[in-house]
Amino acid sequence: MTTTASPTRLARPPARRRYTIDNPRKSRTLTFLTALFTFYCLLPLVWLVINSTKSQPDFASSFGFAFGTRFALFDNIAEVFTYDGGIFVRWFLNTLLYVGVGAVTSTFLAALGGYALAKLEFTGKKVFLFVVLGSISVPGIALAIPQFLLFARLGLTNTPWAVLIPSFVNPFGLYLMWVFAAEAVPTGLLEAAKIDGAGEFRIFMQIALPMLVPATVTVLLFSFVSIWNNYFLPLIMLKDPNWYPLTIGINQWNKLASTAGNGALLQNLVVTSSLLTIIPLIVAFITLQRFWQSGLALGAVKE
Amino acid sequence: MSETVAHTARAPLSVASPGGDQLRRRAKKKRQIGWAFVAPFGGLFALVFVIPILYSGYLSLFQERMVGGTSFVGLANYLKLVQDPQFLDGLYRVFRFTLIQVPIMLALALVLALALDSKRLHGAKFMRISTFLPYAVPAIVSTLMWGFMLGVRYGLFKNLNDWLGTAVDPFQPSTTLISIGVMVTWAFTGYNMLIFYSGLKAVPHELYEAAAIDGAGEFRVIRAIKLPALRGSLVVTVVFSIIGTFQMFNEPQILPSMVANSGITTYYTPNLYVYNLAFTGGQQGYAAALALVMAAITIAIAYAVQIRGMKRAFDQ
Repeated sequence: MTTTASPTRLARPPARRRYTIDNPRKSRTLTFLTALFTFYCLLPLVWLVINSTKSQPDFASSFGFAFGTRFALFDNIAEVFTYDGGIFVRWFLNTLLYVGVGAVTSTFLAALGGYALAKLEFTGKKVFLFVVLGSISVPGIALAIPQFLLFARLGLTNTPWAVLIPSFVNPFGLYLMWVFAAEAVPTGLLEAAKIDGAGEFRIFMQIALPMLVPATVTVLLFSFVSIWNNYFLPLIMLKDPNWYPLTIGINQWNKLASTAGNGALLQNLVVTSSLLTIIPLIVAFITLQRFWQSGLALGAVKE
Repeated sequence: MSETVAHTARAPLSVASPGGDQLRRRAKKKRQIGWAFVAPFGGLFALVFVIPILYSGYLSLFQERMVGGTSFVGLANYLKLVQDPQFLDGLYRVFRFTLIQVPIMLALALVLALALDSKRLHGAKFMRISTFLPYAVPAIVSTLMWGFMLGVRYGLFKNLNDWLGTAVDPFQPSTTLISIGVMVTWAFTGYNMLIFYSGLKAVPHELYEAAAIDGAGEFRVIRAIKLPALRGSLVVTVVFSIIGTFQMFNEPQILPSMVANSGITTYYTPNLYVYNLAFTGGQQGYAAALALVMAAITIAIAYAVQIRGMKRAFDQ
């Protein structure tokens, strides 16, 4: 370190010393170009916010990026929560159920399995790992029809289980946990605990699991988003609107709103409910964003 | 790890030795405990992945007929598939889409990640979070927003056409796929950017210091240090993007209810075709065959990319 310092200082004229490799001169052109792309990313969200403040007639008549004649956001929210006997609340609670139970269970199972694959020896381990990793690239649709038929035979379709059970299995989460456990949990510590007479499960719960927290948060976040946003699985599994998650519910309203001729005029509800659906996710993204980054780094490093 | 494996494998041979029995019992106990940890995942995995795939294979050997019910047809479904113009049309469409959209999206993501990592931007943190935000938006909501915005009934293009006296419709048959490309690129560029960005953050700082001493400029640093460091990330993003676009379903499934005459058919993408065959057409056997063929194509391409990517990494 000390040897590198002097040539660097020599290489730079004193007047420009405040620009370093950690703090180079800012570029306006680059900022402008990146801002253009940021604009593209934010544009639809801005549109959504603006249009959720419009009443139905304003939505149909006014310019997309202008506010309506009346600020109707709170009326819209009230209407979303009361329309059709307050079914939106039910969809919201369903989504919370699917996300809460699904994300926690799948993350725990992934941690349990990933830890065992990284730190315990058992026969057939490599085969198990190979099959599970191979399944990451199996498209969901290949599974959907037989899953549906299988679940129908078991009497599980049209119940929350049809959405919950598939969400319990997260092969990519298991992969992340495996990679992380192999590096973050020292084998010596586990052996010491074993000598002290601790059982394998207790070692996992009390020693390994706390060390797996960073990976756990990441897997939890990914499961959270993928279950919250899941569309295809509930679409095929559920017929009863009482068990719909938000995504399917909004789609149903949208279909009602778009039916030609005698369609119900409820685009304001479609737009406002869309906004309400993404707010929790956006909050989670902004507050937890450093975990996203570390998790994505973890997934890419292993290749 | 390999030591332990060899150890366990040798245990049965040492039965005669005094400690052999104990050793064997311990090795066996180890095995059981490992399985106890993976059993909950494994059991559900079998129920949700393995059994459905096997069941799919079984179903694909049958055909549902209007008269006479379901009958065993062997590989007839697969033979029919190869000549099915609707399947080939959808397959060609996702191929084309993947070939054009994935490189554009990944190039944008890469440039974005390099720009955000260059420390030369004002407001870099704000832009990093903003560009990642679309990933949080469910496909249904993103399709609704873009459908409304690009639509000629309520959206911006209605206003544009009114002002300019034009009749541009982003959702006419010839441009619908481009509009879908705009939506998909919007949703996933930030996600891929963050994968690249995390890869760049993992580059050891000393490398940059050394490059500065050697007098390397920004572009030299990108070419000699940053891009090689992103090879692993690139493989991951290419594989996941291919899997994603080959599975395209949500956008073409939702759009027809919003825009008329978009040119989206019931077989627009192979997945949509599978869905319509199975759930509205009652042709589960044929749908199962189609789904399996799509899975095989996707896996083959994903593996080819992975192997090529890894081989290149070894060559370095």
